[in-house]
Amino acid sequence: MALNPDYVGRTFDPSSPYEVTRVKIAEFATAIGEASPLCFDREAAEKAGYPDVIAPPTFAIVISSSGAARVIGDKGLGLNYAMVVHGEQRFEHARPLHAGDVVVTQTTIEVIKPIGKHSSLTTRTVIRTTDGEHICTALNTLVERGE
Amino acid sequence: MLPSTAGMLTPGTELEPKSYRATRLDLVKYCGASGDFNVIHWNERIAKSVGLPDVIAHGMYTMAQAGRYVTELAGGDPGAVEEFRVRFSSMVVVPDDDEGATIEVTGTVAEVRDDGRAVIDVVARQNGTKVLSRARAIIRVP
Repeated sequence: MALNPDYVGRTFDPSSPYEVTRVKIAEFATAIGEASPLCFDREAAEKAGYPDVIAPPTFAIVISSSGAARVIGDKGLGLNYAMVVHGEQRFEHARPLHAGDVVVTQTTIEVIKPIGKHSSLTTRTVIRTTDGEHICTALNTLVERGE
Repeated sequence: MLPSTAGMLTPGTELEPKSYRATRLDLVKYCGASGDFNVIHWNERIAKSVGLPDVIAHGMYTMAQAGRYVTELAGGDPGAVEEFRVRFSSMVVVPDDDEGATIEVTGTVAEVRDDGRAVIDVVARQNGTKVLSRARAIIRVP
């Protein structure tokens, strides 16, 4: 099924706040094998000039994908998730996420286009603190395989 | 750790390759840490039923391994990786054994900027097949 082109440019409501915690950063860093003390040891992070332990650069997916999930789940878009593969991913960090950040995400559909019998969907998710500080912009391209 | 990078980051330099592993246990851990419990990352029966050769790694797990590579170039500071993008060009197949899959990551210095940032082009391969292409990171050089 083709994706609904009327959705291009649509911006979804902001997410509810997500609190970044030391435990979650440590769990994520451990899962990917990142051993940097800046992800585990508050003192080491402070010594490096950060307010608290910081997240690895791809941790933002944990937060941005919840925004993307609402897009994927929108019935009117017509995306068949079983046929979806991850095409491209990009993060632009204004600064690293750190423990104690409370953030909200907002997702916009940037591009919907056919690639042969497949369709691609690119979303832009902006992560900001609840005070409005921009932390990260994530661009996610999903490819829906055609049959 | 790689040697101090400041001196060796000149445009065109090919950086030392590094290998990273992905076992079934790694994927299960990544499911929990990321919240992505798609069955194709842990259930061989269902993965094969939808036409995959076996369980495959999360694209984001592979990207995270390339993230470790560029973090190391940035002096071990994950906060110095300011921009990071990849294209997922092929899937990483993870067999049910103790070795799992090996992801080989290489990098080339594309650019060194006056403001102390370097642009690194990254490629990741499994058994010679590119799994990440058009991958690029902008890092603050220590």
